Amino acid sequence: MAAPYDLNDDSVVVIIGSGAGGGTLGNELAQKGIDVVVLEAGSRIEYEDFINDEWESFAQLAWLDHRTTGGGWRVHKDFPNLPAWIVKAVGGTTTHWAGASLRFQEHEFKDLTTYGKIEGANLLDWPITLADLEPYYAKAEDKMGVTRTNGIEGLPGNNNFKVFKAGADKLGYKECNTGRMAINSAERDGRMGCQQTGFCFQGCKWGAKWSTLYTEIPKGEATGRLEVRPNSHVVKIEHDKAGKVTGVVYADTDGKLHEQKARIVCVAGNSIESPRLLLNSHSSMFPDGLANSSGQVGKNYMRHTTGSVYAVFEKPVHMYRGTTMAGIIRDEAIHDPSRGFVGGYELETLSLGLPFMAAFLDPGGWGRSFTSAMDNYPNMAGMWIVGEDMPQEQNAVKLHPELKDQYGMPIPDVSFTDHPNDIAMRNHAYQRGQALYEAVGAIRSFPTPPYPSTHNLGTNRMSEKASDGVVNKWGQTHDIRNLFISDGSQFTTGGAENPTLTIVTLAIRQADHIAGEMAAGTI
Amino acid sequence: MAMVHENRRGISRRELLKRGTIGAALIISGRAVISPRDAWGLETTALKPETTATLIVLARDIYPHDQLADRFYAIAVKGQDAKAAEDPAHRTLIEDGIADLDRRAGSGGYRGLGWEDDRVAILRDIETTPFFQAVRGDLVVSLYNQKEIWPIFGYEGESYSKGGYIDRGFNDIQWL
Repeated sequence: MAAPYDLNDDSVVVIIGSGAGGGTLGNELAQKGIDVVVLEAGSRIEYEDFINDEWESFAQLAWLDHRTTGGGWRVHKDFPNLPAWIVKAVGGTTTHWAGASLRFQEHEFKDLTTYGKIEGANLLDWPITLADLEPYYAKAEDKMGVTRTNGIEGLPGNNNFKVFKAGADKLGYKECNTGRMAINSAERDGRMGCQQTGFCFQGCKWGAKWSTLYTEIPKGEATGRLEVRPNSHVVKIEHDKAGKVTGVVYADTDGKLHEQKARIVCVAGNSIESPRLLLNSHSSMFPDGLANSSGQVGKNYMRHTTGSVYAVFEKPVHMYRGTTMAGIIRDEAIHDPSRGFVGGYELETLSLGLPFMAAFLDPGGWGRSFTSAMDNYPNMAGMWIVGEDMPQEQNAVKLHPELKDQYGMPIPDVSFTDHPNDIAMRNHAYQRGQALYEAVGAIRSFPTPPYPSTHNLGTNRMSEKASDGVVNKWGQTHDIRNLFISDGSQFTTGGAENPTLTIVTLAIRQADHIAGEMAAGTI
Repeated sequence: MAMVHENRRGISRRELLKRGTIGAALIISGRAVISPRDAWGLETTALKPETTATLIVLARDIYPHDQLADRFYAIAVKGQDAKAAEDPAHRTLIEDGIADLDRRAGSGGYRGLGWEDDRVAILRDIETTPFFQAVRGDLVVSLYNQKEIWPIFGYEGESYSKGGYIDRGFNDIQWL
């Protein structure tokens, strides 16, 4: 039974956001007997109500609050008010995510040491190592039911994977399989196995893909220690004269403001909303925003070096049938500067339905070059590139100087420009992806530009020294002891891997730390 | 703008000639654009029917699919009339944009240019204008999101109600 907490109960831990970070942290704390209130800006939509229709689902789930963009990225031109394709609903972006669950590589925690200083990049080593995270990665993989871990079988390959694998073999890639996916290949943990429906991005209507919506959250609620309050959009974090946070102000469905008191506040609103909230919580004591003595809040925005390659064949592929992303090549994920860039990238199968293919294949494209590609939709195969991008201080989430949201708070402006290393990596990946499909008979192939960001990282980064970043190795802000960051915005660097597994891993580890500190009475 | 409706009564050849044809197959009657060949009509409220007729040709020039009938393009541009009815600025944007196309096309107007290439050459000159961007940006959703056209493109749409593809060919590729 979900526990309702009083607004004036200042003993609770308040978590802002219910996705991979917030939803996991909430359950972990509740399991330890700690009282938790999760405030979620979106509504609660159970998985039966998800929609197998791209645009309808987008309207149901996507975060569509007003945002602006800037910088040199093509998203600014093609989707000026949609920097990110993320979710506003209970479960956050774990409703939409594809399920790829990869551990970071050891060197990806030590970028500055491994790559050295790179002009224009704000590189830093994480204050933690792979060894620190390994036991927590193991817990996360078990919790999420990641295939190819814990004795769980891999998913079967769909048509899109078979084309991808045939090309990988032709190119001599060694590490190609249906991936480590938090999608049940068979019934597990009370959830059924994948039915190869497609529409992973629209929310899994079977519950086969892990999402906090129907795993962590109901498990936490069952303890009687966790309350999830949907349609509760936090606009400000409050603090006392000593500089400790005391609660949060949120707007309900009708826009009415409430203040929920708290012993501890954990921010997990994704890498755009989390820094925005810290910046919007400025006060006379913290004129530059909360936890911003370093000036790094909102800076170093990363979104992975992405892109897609689609290719047309003589005969049908029907790539949209089955799991959207169960296919990976890891050979290019290594750090091998002889390719002309530092860091590496993964190639992962991907498909879009006809409506989204029209919108994303070549945004802004028209005429027969574009439509003849669309005419061959059933004969298309597709893959996604996800590689490490360079943190750059000027790539940032900032408060818009004029525009305000429906609650009167400045909206976020997301500015991004590729680093030369990002461009070199993307071009290499395009070339390899196109060569892969040509090796199995592609007639035409298309280097498709990045979509609005799904991997939003780095805007409250973790650092050893308080002057270099926003949080310490526990995700605790350097400046305020009872204020934590619990999402991907803590990432010091992005790695080549899809970030969700690492976000969940950090949340499990953070829960241990918070429980320990609470027991010791230090926060 | 009314829904595209079937024009069951049809129109006599004499009537058709009296009203004059537009493009190859569309005619204008009162506030409606009519396709006698395919028996449908589209009533307009805010935009001139001539403007809507040109929008239909323009829509096909932007996303030319020879296997799609005109009615799919007519449905796709319906939203422009609805938006024009709500927003005078949008109405002006569309009317002025179409008038500009006609001006650039010369005496016969945009629809009077027989070759797609000639019309596309004009569009290449105006593709960065707010008018073109507004039409194209709406069209990429309003055309490709019509469920009726999905089978024509070989896209099967919703699959949950059929139990997904686990027993329906998710891995049936044979030609590799």
